[in-house]
Amino acid sequence: MIAADRPVLKVEGLARHFVTKDFFGREVHRVRAVDGVSFSVAPGETLGLVGESGSGKSTTGRLILRLDDPTAGQVHFEGQEITGLGKGQLKAMRRRMQVVFQDPYSSLNPRMRVGEAVAEPLRAHRLFKTAAERRERVAQLFQRVGLDPRFAERLPHQFSGGQRQRVGIARAIAVEPKLIVADEPITALDVSIQAQIVNLFMDLQQEMGVAYLFIAHDLAMVRFLCHRVAVMLRGRIVEMASTEQLFADARHPYTQALISAMPIPDPDRELARQRIFYEAVTPPQEAQLQEVSPGHWVLSS
Amino acid sequence: MAPLLQVRDLTVRFDTMDGVVHAVSGVSYDLAAGETLAVVGESGSGKSVHVLAMMGLIPKPPGRIAGGQALFEGRDLLTLPEKEMRALRGGKIGMIFQDPMSSLNPVLTVGFQIVESLRKHIGLSKSAAWKRAAELLDLVGIAEPHRRVKQYPHQFSGGMRQRAMIAIGIACEPKLLIADEPTTALDVTVQAQILDLVRKLRKQLGMAVIWITHDMGVVAGIADNVQVMYGGRIQERGPVRAVFRDTRSAYTWGLLQSLPDHDAPAAAGVAGAHRLVQIPGYPPDMLRPPLGDPFAPRNRYATERCLTEVPPLVQAEGAAPGHLVAAWYDLRQVRATQGAALHGATA
Repeated sequence: MIAADRPVLKVEGLARHFVTKDFFGREVHRVRAVDGVSFSVAPGETLGLVGESGSGKSTTGRLILRLDDPTAGQVHFEGQEITGLGKGQLKAMRRRMQVVFQDPYSSLNPRMRVGEAVAEPLRAHRLFKTAAERRERVAQLFQRVGLDPRFAERLPHQFSGGQRQRVGIARAIAVEPKLIVADEPITALDVSIQAQIVNLFMDLQQEMGVAYLFIAHDLAMVRFLCHRVAVMLRGRIVEMASTEQLFADARHPYTQALISAMPIPDPDRELARQRIFYEAVTPPQEAQLQEVSPGHWVLSS
Repeated sequence: MAPLLQVRDLTVRFDTMDGVVHAVSGVSYDLAAGETLAVVGESGSGKSVHVLAMMGLIPKPPGRIAGGQALFEGRDLLTLPEKEMRALRGGKIGMIFQDPMSSLNPVLTVGFQIVESLRKHIGLSKSAAWKRAAELLDLVGIAEPHRRVKQYPHQFSGGMRQRAMIAIGIACEPKLLIADEPTTALDVTVQAQILDLVRKLRKQLGMAVIWITHDMGVVAGIADNVQVMYGGRIQERGPVRAVFRDTRSAYTWGLLQSLPDHDAPAAAGVAGAHRLVQIPGYPPDMLRPPLGDPFAPRNRYATERCLTEVPPLVQAEGAAPGHLVAAWYDLRQVRATQGAALHGATA
């Protein structure tokens, strides 16, 4: 069982609050974007992070990547606490933790040839010695993600959305990371392309043993490709379980509402749908995650 | 009874620096009063552009209507003077878009924007219009409507703005509501509420709906008929159950196959146990549209003829009445002989 291994990522009591202060420096308002979030991801595992917009799922991803600093809590990556790391140490860590964003276009320099963009992380981590070696590595990476290596000379705008996302993935896997934080990686893609990219994620996991933190709102896709799922609501995890447990036996009313609202591409099932309604409320501060069965955690209410 | 809307051979082009974009080519269909039609497609399919063109909302230039008619209650929308078109938009034809912030005026209260529409299109008095505005917000499920009518769009949450947009869209009890991906940016729970709302309203008001989406789950939940577009053309059209159960276009079939199977066990895809059935290749470049069937280059069942000649949209053989397909191949044979192999081959 995967969970028995030392986790590649362990998050404890992670919080990010946005505080508004008045003229005298007194706190007038506090938004708890992320509030006491704890979970771990095993090597080679995919943990889905779902919830509505504003639930804190993307902020959680940014805190783990150190693109934002937490108000409280710790992030252990491969056993090392990384929230206090300086620039040099962060760079070493970033070789093993990568990110794939929703919009590949905004994360690529429009004037940089995509081959260069893929070579950039290799250069930053001195993973080639000669130009020939670099070209060969880039060509391998292009092939690995299903792009024609001859496309390396092109600029990002000469690609379709699906191709650009492949470039983004090639860049992320260039340094052979142990963890990829994927923030809505297929949301912006055409439906006919989504399956290609999802299959690519799965293949890479099998070959490289990379773990994913898969931040998404497409529940059908999450159900298909995640080992475990954590459901966030207003900065808190309200339920976390194996994917089977979560979809068969959701306990938190918000999870139940979410699953019951999932669109199903079948007219007869849509007709028979029984919706569960839940007026979302901010979970009380003192609420704790409780283990209702092995590996299945639900926030007490 | 004549259909509410008759679209005939609608063709839209964009003249750009790089050449002519073949956005919509020869689109024809009828929409009956009270019917809900889902138009499915992805970026570049022409699904949004064709309705924007009908409503006189594409910028000209670079856009131009290269041919066709769109008869609404017998009048051709494509040749209607702008003044009459303005009277229709927001009047007999309501519209809601994906991004409410781009259609709501940020410096006017939500109530004022509804009132403006009510006074202009149905000539309500000021006090009657304000009363109706609050009723409409209540109808779309916005709590405390009397307080909310006086608020500005930025004081509304995303889901509430979308509801406010719907309130404006239906304010004048339109005969036709056009909804362009209105729930795509919303969370699933909010999306489900909006779908419930539209289902309820169309019953109450007897309005026809054109619902543009890329989500087959939403289509299954809302449509009477579905029309699948690709490369500026209609690939398949018919009653929603017929299209889902007796699919005749390879593109529609590819889309349905590529979705995770709801009957498969949870986590079926982990550890590479199952793969999604993927459609190979990429959408066409509409500056250089394929010569024949636009989907042919990505269709493993395409014949020689598919590559060179555009198939007409005709009644599919042995299918439900009104189930049309544009295909030179017969997907029934493919499904019978290769359906099982398809899953195996790509797994």
